[in-house]
Amino acid sequence: MKKLSRNTILSIIALAAIVGFMIYAENTFNPYLLRILNLCAVYSIFAVTFNLVYGFTGQFSLGHAGFAAIGAYIGALLTMSPAQKQANFFLEPIVPFLANIELPFILAIIIGGLGAALVGSLVAWPALRLKGDYLAIATLGFSEIIRVLLVNMQPITNGALGLKGIPDYTNLYWSWGTAAVCIFVCKRLVDSNYGHALKAIRDDEIVAEALGVSLSYHKLLAFFTSAFFIGSAGVLFANLISTIDPKVFLFFLAYQIVGITVMGGMGSLTGSVISAFLYTIFLEFLRPIESQFNIGSIQVPGIPGMRMVIFSFLLLMVILFYRRGLMGSSEFSWDWAAEKIGALRRLFSGSGKTGVDDIGKED
Amino acid sequence: MTLPLFFQHLANGISLGSLYALIAIGYTMVYGILRLINFAHGDVVMLGAYMAFYMIAIFRLPWWVSFPVAIVITAGMGVVIERAAYKPIREFPRINLFTSAVAVSFLIENLGIVIFGGRPKAFERPAFMDITIRIGKVTIVSYTLVIILTALVLFGGLLVLVNYTKTGKAMRALSKDIETTGLMGVDTNRIISIAFAVGSALAAAGGILTAIKFPQINPLMGVMPGLKAFIAAVLGGIGNIPGAMIGGFILGVSEIMIVAFLPDLAGYRDAFAYSILILLLLFRPTGIMGEVQAEKV
Amino acid sequence: MALLKLDNTVMRFGGLTAVNKFSTEITDNELCALIGPNGSGKTTIFNIITGIYTPTSGSIHFNGEEINGMRPDLITKLGISRTFQNIRLFKGLNVVENVEVGHHLRLRSDPISAILNLPGYKEEETSIRKEALELLESLELAHLAYDVATSLPYGQQRKLEIARALATHPRLLLLDEPAAGMNPNEAEELMQFILHVLETFKISVFLIEHQMRVVMGICPRIIVIDHGETIAEGTPEEIQNNNRVIEAYLGVDDYAGN
Repeated sequence: MKKLSRNTILSIIALAAIVGFMIYAENTFNPYLLRILNLCAVYSIFAVTFNLVYGFTGQFSLGHAGFAAIGAYIGALLTMSPAQKQANFFLEPIVPFLANIELPFILAIIIGGLGAALVGSLVAWPALRLKGDYLAIATLGFSEIIRVLLVNMQPITNGALGLKGIPDYTNLYWSWGTAAVCIFVCKRLVDSNYGHALKAIRDDEIVAEALGVSLSYHKLLAFFTSAFFIGSAGVLFANLISTIDPKVFLFFLAYQIVGITVMGGMGSLTGSVISAFLYTIFLEFLRPIESQFNIGSIQVPGIPGMRMVIFSFLLLMVILFYRRGLMGSSEFSWDWAAEKIGALRRLFSGSGKTGVDDIGKED
Repeated sequence: MTLPLFFQHLANGISLGSLYALIAIGYTMVYGILRLINFAHGDVVMLGAYMAFYMIAIFRLPWWVSFPVAIVITAGMGVVIERAAYKPIREFPRINLFTSAVAVSFLIENLGIVIFGGRPKAFERPAFMDITIRIGKVTIVSYTLVIILTALVLFGGLLVLVNYTKTGKAMRALSKDIETTGLMGVDTNRIISIAFAVGSALAAAGGILTAIKFPQINPLMGVMPGLKAFIAAVLGGIGNIPGAMIGGFILGVSEIMIVAFLPDLAGYRDAFAYSILILLLLFRPTGIMGEVQAEKV
Repeated sequence: MALLKLDNTVMRFGGLTAVNKFSTEITDNELCALIGPNGSGKTTIFNIITGIYTPTSGSIHFNGEEINGMRPDLITKLGISRTFQNIRLFKGLNVVENVEVGHHLRLRSDPISAILNLPGYKEEETSIRKEALELLESLELAHLAYDVATSLPYGQQRKLEIARALATHPRLLLLDEPAAGMNPNEAEELMQFILHVLETFKISVFLIEHQMRVVMGICPRIIVIDHGETIAEGTPEEIQNNNRVIEAYLGVDDYAGN
């Protein structure tokens, strides 16, 4: 029982520290840094949910760009003021029932999530009949159909013009709050008996079914949950970057999410979060190389698009040579951390010495 | 819809269909042998167009030199992609191959943006392909016919290769049973490389002809045609070469006809194609000419 | 009333008839073996019973209910469970978790209770873990409970598969070559365990076996099929002296054991 208390205490301290940090950051950091931290939350949700569906349930779905788009548009339309909407829909007036709706942010997030979840559940049906790469292509097609609909339904979405002036409601509390709920739900699901069923489906669907696991129910569960949070992340995203149009949700977004999750480790939620952080930060950190910069007196021309080249190259390397990704299928826990720290200490304290002397020092 | 207008649309449809068919063959050949959907194939189309562009723009070679050279270079690139990104993980579960293909596609597109520049470039149409022909009341630009003819010639050549040469026989054997054929002394790696080379060459031809048709190229130009060609390959029966050709023509003609007869729905033309794909995958994944394969438990 | 009844079941794949008018009945608490040369259709019959294939014609009744064409997981919920010819353990789960997948169909808590770790769910999770460990204990696998399932020695993996199938609380257990790859001692041990399971849980076992000596010793009833048809049925003595059986096996190396 002593160990359990230690872990719980550590968790509480960590949580308090994170919340404290968030409060501090919200009040002191500049908007640029805050934006990065918010994006980290959004991408974490994207990666964690993709992992749920693919890393844990074995369904290679490339539909998340579409689900995020649905969430984003619902969120935008529900949070923009009637005046803002009128300003946007100058080509063709907005559909009447949407014109005057303005809801609190929490409702927008939930409704956006539900909207995406309903559509995401539709995908569960093809998932019953298609495997692997075929499912991927079908879901990609699905995502693109959503995008085409968004481009063409002028009275609802303002078509290709997109929506500008979405209120920037997203702050660290909203984004990291939602991310925390998402991570908690996914982790609990995966650790529970339902998680066994999902992993069984991933490992051998036919045997899982032969053991009484309903494929339709569990795939639906995975898709619904994942799409719900992707949708909410879409809402957060829209209210962060304040301008959205269908092009934002091109299949490129799906590739990025696949990349982030693969690099973090399929089957590790921790890996997904870490990878999402690294990705967002790395992308910002390397932004300078895309515009001109100076090394001493030498002017080096910027190369736009270079960051994505680096990212996609790294992804290919991971797929070819380091399939497990960063965390493989391990998860963070205080015990795991203690183990790693112990290993590191042994490495440094013995200064490389191994042998009879050290046997007594091992715990 | 007047008759001459109908014929014009038909010609455009067949022309578009030829492009899809040329690209679809590459998908189907690779899938037949490796059971891999080569996601990067659409980007090979783009590479072919750009190679031809640079041959003309930088090296100032006439089109009848640039085009074949570009096709050969792109065929080589196809082989390089296979060797670098697919061969090392051939033994792994299929899904890894697919993820690798997605990554390769992503990489090529981004490299294209960086190396070639994201802005579209104008493609120089060879003079004789720019002639407007009038047959009665029907108006066609000559490139439409060139595309169809080129495609037919290439198809003919391909069918000869596949059906009447040793290499072709080896390819067909590999698509039936890759392990046993390998054990029979067929150099699997060499044949796979040849399949990629031929598929990429045809894709490059498709890319060049596409560049001639619209005449503009950009680093993402291969994505749509690639996806549509894949749909065509599935429609005809993935793994089946004549099927890919038939699927290409059906898709091309349908696409043009739907837009012609229902111009209000023109914005949805891509959505139609994707819907066809999803319906096919769900209800008739073996396509028109494919054989149903039961899964052994 | 028979527990399982197959009535003139036919399975055709295109031009190939894998199972040709196969009929039989299995009663409560019965041990019955299905033997035959390679490719005679044994696994196909299992696949039909468990819902992986829908028979081309004919019917299957379990407990009086028609089950042909039913979804596999629903058939399992009715009380039929199976193992597979090739070992198919869940690679990403450890030993006890593999067994727990078998318990999943009896989980009554919904996902929300599971996510929130409500008392009702917690209770179920604990009792499932307890039962799974007990099952492993009875197969002498409990000491390996937290190992990766695929790291077990071959014989243990086969036993784990059976434990997993038993976790679904079946009334009829289908075993597809459970002793494959085992040495004579292990096979003997396994057969004793199967008899033990029959007695303790009062279930029926229908097993496919390729090795004669495994089956001859303990199964009171044996069905012999060839080319998808029953060619003989009866006690071990009757089978051994049946000419058609001898004919079917001549030309195959596996007669009278591997």
